Amino acid sequence: MQSQMKSLLKKLKSSRELSLFLVLAIICVAVQLRNNSFLTAKTINDMLKNYSTTIMLSLGMMSVLLIGGIDISVASSLAFSGMCASLMMRDGVYSSTLVMFLVSVGIGMLCGMLVGLVITQGKVLPIIATLGLTNIFRGATYIVSGSRWVSAYQFQSTFKQFAQTNTLSFGLVNNLVFITIVCYAVFFVIMKWTRFGRRIYAVGSNPEAAAVSGININGIKFVVYSMAGAFAGLTGAMYTALYASAQSDMGMGMEMDVIAACVIGGVSLNGGQGSVVGVLLGALTMAVIGKALPLIGVSQFWQTAIKGLIILTAIIINVLTQRMMRKNALKEREI
Amino acid sequence: MATQNKRNIVIEKEKSLKSLFLRWETLLIVLFIVVNIMNASISKNYLNTANLFTAISTFLVKGFIAFPMAYILVLGDIDLSVGSTVALSATLLGVSYNAGLPMGAAIVVALLCGTLCGLINGIILTKFTELASMIVTLGTMTLYRGIAEMILGSQSTGGLQNVTWFYNLYYARIGAVPYIFIVFCVLAIAFGFVLHKTTFGRYLYAIGNNRVVARYSGIPVQTIRLICFTLVGFVCGISAIYYASWMGTVRFDIATGYELEAISMVVLGGISTAGGKGNFPGTVISIFTIGLLKYGLGLINVNSQTILMIIGAILIIVVTIPNIRVQKSATKLSKTPAKSC
Repeated sequence: MQSQMKSLLKKLKSSRELSLFLVLAIICVAVQLRNNSFLTAKTINDMLKNYSTTIMLSLGMMSVLLIGGIDISVASSLAFSGMCASLMMRDGVYSSTLVMFLVSVGIGMLCGMLVGLVITQGKVLPIIATLGLTNIFRGATYIVSGSRWVSAYQFQSTFKQFAQTNTLSFGLVNNLVFITIVCYAVFFVIMKWTRFGRRIYAVGSNPEAAAVSGININGIKFVVYSMAGAFAGLTGAMYTALYASAQSDMGMGMEMDVIAACVIGGVSLNGGQGSVVGVLLGALTMAVIGKALPLIGVSQFWQTAIKGLIILTAIIINVLTQRMMRKNALKEREI
Repeated sequence: MATQNKRNIVIEKEKSLKSLFLRWETLLIVLFIVVNIMNASISKNYLNTANLFTAISTFLVKGFIAFPMAYILVLGDIDLSVGSTVALSATLLGVSYNAGLPMGAAIVVALLCGTLCGLINGIILTKFTELASMIVTLGTMTLYRGIAEMILGSQSTGGLQNVTWFYNLYYARIGAVPYIFIVFCVLAIAFGFVLHKTTFGRYLYAIGNNRVVARYSGIPVQTIRLICFTLVGFVCGISAIYYASWMGTVRFDIATGYELEAISMVVLGGISTAGGKGNFPGTVISIFTIGLLKYGLGLINVNSQTILMIIGAILIIVVTIPNIRVQKSATKLSKTPAKSC
């Protein structure tokens, strides 16, 4: 019995995903006890639909963090690509939802390529490069839109209904949630079983060793930043579909939520550590917290502070567990 | 033979760095003059002393932050929480004044709050040395802004300019020269002196060049980082006081984007974000270059989003140019010993 307990504890310590899952379950139960409308199909459905943007954007951020970089321009490229695609739809360049999504992904990818170029060719630190590009993309969004909204009545009705229906999965889940699930599944396979995915981990955990073993580091970096941009573009289209309007300031500050989701999910900011499942759980934690705080009666003005506190706690706990793991590894060697 | 080669390399490196700095500062001064000529040709009233000082005062409020930010970047760290610290300090100043404290005490509260914010950054970073300063300050940036939002909600706290001497902090002048300009000059000289003429300043460069070596040569690396981050907080407190005196009312969302501007000013001044390089006069020149550039763009009715865009572009271009140059000289250096060996 005792040994069973011990091995269970050991498993908990070694598997970050499992412990995170437990924390998430505890939070859900605690919120449910305070307000019993939380664990109902409708609330969960709403939550997943509304936070599908954050969950999706976390994937792009995760790949950037894995190579030891950071991209705080994702929220602005989200706004820029979403706005451009909506403007073209308003002006009747196309009317199909699919084309709108593809255009948005394309524009987002161009933004990401620009980020990648500045970082790999200009040798600029990722934080400085993306800090500057954040302002450039956001400014460009205001300029192309003329600081005006693209409102619901200017969109096609099929596009407006897209975020509210379940057509893609033949009635199982909401369209946006379905897209997110598909992307996570594909990304999981790519990161785990393809050469490209393993190279990303290699570049992140030891760039010099990766370069010596023949990996084109700058190439990988460029592709990863372009990919993060493409995810931002996809999220931009989802964002406009979700709210059926495009505003110049959409997604402002979202990069913080996304970084927080990754950090909570166990992605190391030094690169090379983190898993798709962990990021999914981290993003879900952010979604649950965001949805639950108003449900248990926390004022909306407190939410930024609570978010900041959660991020700080998550990074510090990360460091502490890493230290503990290292200590344990040393102890085992002694015996 | 080998030592001879090494010595040659060191000398060559110093020379190329020296010429780089020389070129860099000339470039900066040329840019400064171009901006001034541009502004003067746009508006006839630009070179009027009173107008010029009015324009200068507005950007000096955030210009202060560039001083300790220069220290932080020399150390090889970064601090993104400055804007939020200013907002939180100014919020507490306004709230404590409106709660009945005398203005003097409210100012002390703001300074204490700023210092405390910086100290918290410093403590987290020095206790958990594995953490990058970028991610910690990104977290505290959200936290401090959130606390300010928690205190004020959607309201603002005002009436600060009813106290005449507080109003005068920003607006009063000796002749044509505003007080804030004098304070700025005093602080600039103090910060420049400490960076270039004291052991403390040399320690900063040593830590920025190689933190591990600095530690093994007996420099108290973590204490110095703690001091620098606290210093940033303190100067943010000063900036908050001037902001409150300038605007008279405070909301929780003031001073957003100050971190970008402070970092741009320092980086444009030639201080490398990788740490250990650059000097202080460059920073002072670039504070005026960016400030006057923004003023000039405002004169021709460029909207604020576009101005932010231009500053973002300048930041990236400025960081990219020397990197390309250093890369070239670095390849040259790495080729020299390979040939002789």
